[in-house]
This record gives sequence, C-alpha cells and structure tokens, in this order.
Amino acid sequence: MTSPRGSAAAMARAVAAGHVTATEGVRAALARIQQHDPQLRAFVEVWPERALAAAAAIDRRRDAGEHLGPLAGVPVAIKDNLLLAGERASAGSRMLETFRAPYTASAVQRLLAADAIVIGRTNMDEFGMGSTTETSAFGPTRNPFDANLVPGGSSGGSAAAVAADFCPLALGSDTGGSVRQPAAFCGVTGLKPTWGRVSRRGLVAYASSLDCVGAIARTAEDLALWLDTAAGQDPGDATSLPATPPVVTQLAAANDLRGLRIGLPWELNGPGLDDEVAAATDALGAAAREHGAELVGVSLPTVAHAVAAYYLIATAEAASNLARYDGVRYGLRRSGASRLEAMTTASRSAGFGEEVQLRILLGTFASSYGYEAQFHGAAQRVRARLAADFAAAFAHCDVLLSPTSPVPPFPLGSRRDDPLAMWLCDALTVPASLAGLPALSQPWGATADGRPLGSTWTAPAGREDLVLRVAHVLQRHSDHHLRRPLP
Amino acid sequence: MNAWTTVIGLEVHVQLATASKLFSPAPVAALGEPNTRVHAIDLGLPGVLPLPNAQAIALAIRAALALGAEVQRRSVFARKHYFYPDLPKGYQISQYDEPLARGGSVSLGDGRSCRLHRLHVEEDAGKLTHTDAGTLVDLNRAGVPLVEIVGEPDLRTPAEAHAFLRELRHVLRFCGVSDCDMELGSLRCDANISVMPEGSAQFGAKVELKNLNSMKMVQRALEFEERRQTAVLAAGGRVATETRGWNDELGESRPLRSKEQAPDYRYLPDPDLPALIVGDDEVATARSALGELPVARAARYREHFALPAPDVEALCAERSIGDWFERVLAHGSAPKLAANWLVAEVLPAWRQRGGDLDAFPIAPDRLAELLALLAGGAITQVAARRVFAHLLDHGTTAATAMRELGLDRITDPEVLRPLVQAAIAALPEAAAAVRAGKPKALDALKGHVMRSTRGRADPAAVDALLAAALSGG
Repeated sequence: MTSPRGSAAAMARAVAAGHVTATEGVRAALARIQQHDPQLRAFVEVWPERALAAAAAIDRRRDAGEHLGPLAGVPVAIKDNLLLAGERASAGSRMLETFRAPYTASAVQRLLAADAIVIGRTNMDEFGMGSTTETSAFGPTRNPFDANLVPGGSSGGSAAAVAADFCPLALGSDTGGSVRQPAAFCGVTGLKPTWGRVSRRGLVAYASSLDCVGAIARTAEDLALWLDTAAGQDPGDATSLPATPPVVTQLAAANDLRGLRIGLPWELNGPGLDDEVAAATDALGAAAREHGAELVGVSLPTVAHAVAAYYLIATAEAASNLARYDGVRYGLRRSGASRLEAMTTASRSAGFGEEVQLRILLGTFASSYGYEAQFHGAAQRVRARLAADFAAAFAHCDVLLSPTSPVPPFPLGSRRDDPLAMWLCDALTVPASLAGLPALSQPWGATADGRPLGSTWTAPAGREDLVLRVAHVLQRHSDHHLRRPLP
Repeated sequence: MNAWTTVIGLEVHVQLATASKLFSPAPVAALGEPNTRVHAIDLGLPGVLPLPNAQAIALAIRAALALGAEVQRRSVFARKHYFYPDLPKGYQISQYDEPLARGGSVSLGDGRSCRLHRLHVEEDAGKLTHTDAGTLVDLNRAGVPLVEIVGEPDLRTPAEAHAFLRELRHVLRFCGVSDCDMELGSLRCDANISVMPEGSAQFGAKVELKNLNSMKMVQRALEFEERRQTAVLAAGGRVATETRGWNDELGESRPLRSKEQAPDYRYLPDPDLPALIVGDDEVATARSALGELPVARAARYREHFALPAPDVEALCAERSIGDWFERVLAHGSAPKLAANWLVAEVLPAWRQRGGDLDAFPIAPDRLAELLALLAGGAITQVAARRVFAHLLDHGTTAATAMRELGLDRITDPEVLRPLVQAAIAALPEAAAAVRAGKPKALDALKGHVMRSTRGRADPAAVDALLAAALSGG
C-alpha cells in the first residue's frame, strides 16, 4: 500500500482511511526517485523537506479527525514552468535558472488545497518549446521504457515521472501537444483541458492563447479527480472559464460506450502515419466499438494548414511573452556591457537556447509591420476555420479519435538538427490546441519492439467529461495503461 | 507670394482618476518612494496575468460619453512592443484596431469644434531618471490607467490647439475623469503639424512634436513649427516627415527621429485579456455618473436664472462650484444674488485657501442665511461683507456673527429713546399726524430711527417708544 504505484484515487482513499500515512507514501516516492531518477532525470529538483513536512501536516490533520481533500497525501510533481512560492521555477531555461517564485500558481494552489503533496519540479523543453525535452537547459530526460528514447515533450519530465511510478499524478502544460504527446511516448494518460478551464496564473507563458495547464496520470479516473479540483473560474485569470459539474462521480456508473458516436477525421488518420501508430489507433477504435460505440468518418479540411498556423501564432505570442526577459529586473543578466541595448542583447543571447531564439526570431518576423496580415492574420483565419471544421464534425459525432503522434517514440538526438521535421510531429495535436478543445491521450498498443503508443480523444469545448469517460471505460476493460517500464 | 494653411492634430494622454492600476491592484499615487507602488503584475514577473480594473474602464467610458464619442460594444486590448527599461513586460497593453470609442468632438468656442478620431485605454510606462551614477528606473507609474484621445486634423492655428486642450481639460475635469494636470503629467500632449498651400487638397508632410509639458508650451512649439515649416516651403524646400522634440528654453524644436527610424510595435491582440464587451447597462451607468455636462449647465444658468456670461463661466468652471451654488439656491436664495456672492466673495476666498469646495468654512446654508438677512433689509451690503469675513474665520452662524460684530439689533430703550426723540424733532409734521390719529405716519418716524441705526434698531422696541412718546402729548 505504500508503493507509489497505486492510483492517486486509491492513495488518497488509503490516507484518508488511515491505512497508510502520507509520510509513508512520500518516503516511498522519494526512495523510488532516488533509485531511478539519476538515470531518467525526470526531475530538475526534488523537494524532500517540503514534501515530508507537508505529509506530516496531513497526517496530523488526519489524526485530529479533520476532513482531508480529494488528493490527500498524493505525491504530485509539477512542471518547471509552474510557480510555487519560495521555490525555483526555471521553465527549462538558463534565463530563469536562479529565479525563485514569489507567489504560487493558481493550479498549484488548487493542488495544495486538495491536500496533494508537491514533491518537485520536472524537466521540460525550454519555455515549452520542443517535443522531446531535449531543449531543456538542464539536459534531456530519458524515456523510462528505453533510456535511448526521448520521453516526448515539452512535459517530458512529468510524463516520465508518472511512467516511472515516481508519483501517480504530475502537472504539465500543453500549448501544441506538450501533455498529450509525452503521455503517449511514455505510455501514460494525459489530459489537455479546454483552453481557460484551468487558470494560467503562475504558468510561465509560452503562447498564451494556446497554453493550458494539463495533467498526466496513469488512469483517466485520476485525471478526472485532478480536473475536478483544478477547474473553475479564477479571479487571477481573466480568461478562465466558470466551473462545470464534477466529472469523477460520473465515472463510477460508466461501464460501456453505448450510444457514443466516435468520429474518425480522415485527415488525422490517413497517409503519412507510421503503420504501427495507425494500427494502434485502429485497435483502440475497434475496442470502443466492442463496448458499444459507433464509428463514423468525419472531415477537418483545414487541418492541412494547422501546423503552419500554429507555428505562426505560437511564435508571435512567444516573441511577445519572452520580451520581458531583458536582464533588467530579474533573470539572467550579462553585465559588463556599457550600453543598455548591449546588456539586453547579451543577456538574451546567453539566457535563451537555440530553439527559443529561433522561435523568437520567427515570431518577431511574422508579426512585423507589413507581414502581420500575411502571416499572423492569415494564421488567425486558419484558426477560425479550423474551429468551424471541428464544430461541423461534432454535428456527426461526440468525440474524435486520432493517433497522438504520427511517429512512435524516437531516439534522443535523432531529430535535433531538423526543426521542420520535428514541428511536423505536432500535426495531430495542434488542431485541438488552435480550437481550444479538450483532448486526452491514452496509451494503447506498442510497436513490435515495445515502444508505447497513444491515441487521442478530442471533445467539444467544455466536454472534458466525454474524453475522460471514453478513456475510463476502456481502461476498466484493458491493461494498456498499466504497462510499467521499471521494476 | 503664397498663402499657407496650417493643419494641426493633437494626441492627448489623460490619466484616469482611479485608486488602483489598470491591470493590477497596486495603488495609483503621484508621489511615493520609487518602486513602492508596484505589484508582481506591474513588474512583469513570469506567469502574471493582467486583471482589468472595472473602475478604469467605467471612467474611460465616462470620458468617451463626455466627449460625445461612440462607445464600441466590443473593443480589444493589444500589445504594443518595444524594449525599454521603463516597460517591464517588453510591451505596453493598449488598444489598436478596435478602440473603446470612436468619434466625438471638442468645442473650440465661436461655434467651431474639432472632431475626435478615437479614444482608447492603455497602461502607462514607468519613469526613468538619468543621473551621473546611471539611469534609475521607477515603476510606480507603470500600469497606471490612461486614455489616449486622438483628435482629427481639424485645428488650423496654434491658438486653436490651445483652446482644444483647455476645453478638453475642462470637460474631463468637470466629469471627474481626471485631474488633467499637465505639470504632474496627468495630461500629456503630442502634436502633429503640417503646412500646405492655401486651398490645397493634400496635407503637407507631417511633423510630430514631443516634450510639450504645458498648454503654453504646446502653443509656443506649434507657433515655432508653423514658422519653420512655412519658411522651408516658401524657400522651395521640402519638410521632412519626422518626430521633433521641443526645447522650451531654447524656444525651438529639434529632430528626434526620422520616418525611417519609426519603431515597429508589432501590435498583437493580447491573449491574456478577453475582448472588452460594453453593454447598454454599463453605458447607462456611466451616463448617469457623468451627470450634467458643462455646456448644458451653462445653458441652464443663462436661460433659467438669467445670469450674465462671466458669472455663468465662473460657476461652470468646475462641477463642484455649480453644485455648491445650487445648494445655496436650495436654501432659498435668489439666483442672481447668490451668483454675485459666489463670484465676488466665495470663489476668491476659496481659491486663496485652496482645498475642496465642500470643506469651505462657510457651508451653502449659512451663506443662504446671510443672503436672506441682506435681502430682507436686516443688514446692509457692507455689514454683510463684514459678517462673511467673520464667518470665514470663525465658522459660526450669521446671527451669531452679527451679534459678535455688534451688528445685531438694538433693543435697549436707553439707547433708542434719544434716537426716537431725534426722529420726532426732525419730522414734526409726521409726529403731529400720528397724534391726530393717523398711525400710517408712524412709518416715516420709524424709518428715521432705522436709518440712524443702519437697520439695527429693533422695530418692536422702536414702536413701543414712539407710541409712548406720542401718546403722552
């Protein structure tokens, strides 16, 4: 019972019932991290003292007969771009290597309010810009299934931490697939909520109109448990959405998928896909049909332009969001320059890695006077049409099914020198990001050599309950999500 | 010889009179130790998000209504990018292609007016102080709410530009939108000016003037620039499209940057802020908060109270003055008398003392009381002024002041008796008439006594003394 391999739901129940103490749970998690993380490097930093102190406090409260929150005693990792007051948050960047958060992100506050125990910060692609966690200034994270493979990204550290059973739940963020794709690469389940569902206050911004705080867990049920605590309007985020009814209680009664119409967008399930990837998604569709769902073909014609639109919008917003790192008030400063402009240039050149610099330059260019209409404006039109495509598709179905990544997990270093090929790997995840829709990647199947594969469910805005329900029903009747890479 | 036409358009930034900043809870204050009125949001720390200040939006809507502009149901905040240490996020949150309001106008007097192009909401930047030791950054001002009001190029003389600013300031102060103090920077102005041959259909090359720190400076700079451009054109030259800075000490403008050096602000809709949707109810609330505009109030004072133009102007200079005036009227004073007293006594005394008119030591009802005494003949104009001065220093009632000043009624028979005797001696015919049973003649005798006491004699006591003196034979 003290193994961190249990689900978050089971752990919280055990702690609340007194079958296990939060302290025991945290000690087990820390021990496992100590054993395996030196190889994996899922964490940038672990906070044992903070975690043990929080666990002791929860145990005292339990002993005093106090009511405990829904995540009582559950060790949770947070991505390095979420702020926790008093701790460092670097967003995988040299620029923020020594930055200490003066306040706590709303999403982390809600974790703490649910009595979860934050155990450390996980590695990520710098500012979320990457799909492999290789652009982190603190070195890459390894895939727990095979240390030669990337864990995906940018929330690669969080996905690896859950896959390695360091903790049953980890927060990530998803801008163009940064929760879903690493979840698929690491054989775990990842939820990107509707844009605005979870407050972005305290999330280091990459591309604000796309950024979503999401989570990675072994089961859809745990993700539902998390979403119920995390969702809801936040006075600290003017774009946050009002709360929706809790999902986790609905799952108990969900046994089959009768009446559910699953749309298969041919543009996301067609040619260009790796054969094993396509086969795994087909198998997931077939399993859903066995449980009563109906499969229908749908079309998202604008998807062909989604990657281009995504990179124009994301880079323009990134160039804007990262303008604040100028070496003046906080973050890395290269001193010695006599002139202000030289100081800022030197600080940004030293503080940002290559991928970040590339995206800032591209975004600055795309939003420059004279090019604005041609690039950013056109991308916004694509975005609007894509949203219309999704709305049209949802007239014929309840959820969409597609592979999460067009390719299985690949070796470290194999794609670093070809940014365009890397960006094309986001083709299947960016459409839902552009449309702001909730999407969940669940592990299903593997390549012949054992690499995990994942498929993604996408629902209309605000309908996280649908993707959670489908995944939950299928997880009830299967064990793909229980495949564990480490002893 | 060619004749030339000058074309001027102003861009005015006005600081909204809010308690806190546009997107953060930090307080707004003109003074304060550097960097003490700064929230994480103002610092642009990682992960912070702007939180729109409803009071600022309400004031901006009020400003738009006061200027007759059309409030847009939907407007969008946009990021305006440039690197400078006074701009913590590397961009300023402003509005670009979808501003809060469009249209409107500012009266220039004599039936002329200047149309407005647009009005939008934006945040202020911080302040830099250059010292020998280096440049110091103060972010107290960063994030303070502003509206930018962009005028159409309808102005034709520097004097009109001055009139535009005067009227704009008057209206916005009157409505409580801003204190519009150019010296303190709560009203700032950039001016665009070009010169073209008279009758031309096409404007000349536009020069933008900056560093205009007072209304007089605006006018002086425009006068200089008008002369400079006209001279260039008259000599057959071309005016460069550029931004120039005004140096008031030297009395000249100098180039700051050329058209080619104009920055590219890379405007981007701010994804952290939903579109600003202004509903009918918000406009209605702002309209009721707006109250009566100065033009309407002036018309009412002219037409209903038949007040002369200088009085109307003085009473409409600020909303608080007219409000105070109307409270005096509410206590029964005649409009003309009250207006005279405000203009001649109250306003000069208030200006000398400073502060809020509501805290003026003589409340409107006390002035009304004094004016009633004056109107009823109980006190002379001269005595009333003395009472007013006394009230100013001691803050009592008019009656107490009169007593303290010895201006109250004389009831003592020993004082009044000789005066009554003197009246009978001075008006023997009236005395005889009374004795002959004609009581109406008493009025003349009584009037004599009142005159000799400058109205202070108690009428009842005088009546008694007269009756006693004349009945006894």
